[in-house]
Amino acid sequence: MSKIDSIEVKLQKQGDATVLSPVGDIDLSRASSFRQQIVSALTSKPRLLLIDLAGVPYMDSSGVATLLEMMQATKRGGGKLVLCSIQPKVRSIFEIARLETVFTIVANADDALKS
Amino acid sequence: MLSQPRFLAAARAMIGNLAQRLGFPEILCGQISLAVDEALCNIINHGYEKKPDGHIWLSVWALDQEPAQLRIVIEDRAKQVDPKLIRSRELDDIRPGGLGVYIIKEIMDDVTYEHREGGGMRLTMSKSLPSGTAESSNSTTSGSRGRVSSGAKTVEDKS
Repeated sequence: MSKIDSIEVKLQKQGDATVLSPVGDIDLSRASSFRQQIVSALTSKPRLLLIDLAGVPYMDSSGVATLLEMMQATKRGGGKLVLCSIQPKVRSIFEIARLETVFTIVANADDALKS
Repeated sequence: MLSQPRFLAAARAMIGNLAQRLGFPEILCGQISLAVDEALCNIINHGYEKKPDGHIWLSVWALDQEPAQLRIVIEDRAKQVDPKLIRSRELDDIRPGGLGVYIIKEIMDDVTYEHREGGGMRLTMSKSLPSGTAESSNSTTSGSRGRVSSGAKTVEDKS
């Protein structure tokens, strides 16, 4: 996978929670790279998988599909996937696709890690 | 452009910038870019079945009328499908994928799929500037008239 098709995802562990912070647009060219990195993070079966989207200015339905798939995978492993710090343009696709209530979305990472 | 996902960002930027110059609010600029992105993704994934050497032509008109309108035409030489069969799926069925057509129709005012002469498909979609948004956008855009005269078009030689 070339650099243009991959996305940087920072990983941080806090207790039994894993925080993933992707940086950049998540579209069809990068959804596969994003998915691979979430799958890799799920191998440690975190209780909470927090996806911090503060660094994501744009997401298309490929990114949303990846998140849906990973939410289901996290659930199967006994954990919970939570989204936080969604930028307005990214939130827009969740609203259009009526997925705001399907995902657990919190304002910021601190709120998620406190719960 | 070629049917490769790596070109999506450039297409989005072009459409978003033009929508902004027309005076569309920022959130709507992002949504129009999203509609174009979804349409291109559908052609790449389904029309050309992920083959990277297919051709896609993206043409854009900024219609300086009242209200201003952005008209976008996307053509390909991929397999033809019956336009009546291009439908969005039920959102109650929560599963990954299949949201593209729904998103396009939600965002754009008019969406028409048709067969293209000589093979492939043509998608024509348009979005008019919501009433009352041009003034508010112009007042916050320094150095921009918020309008683009008609005829902004990007085409590739189809011969």
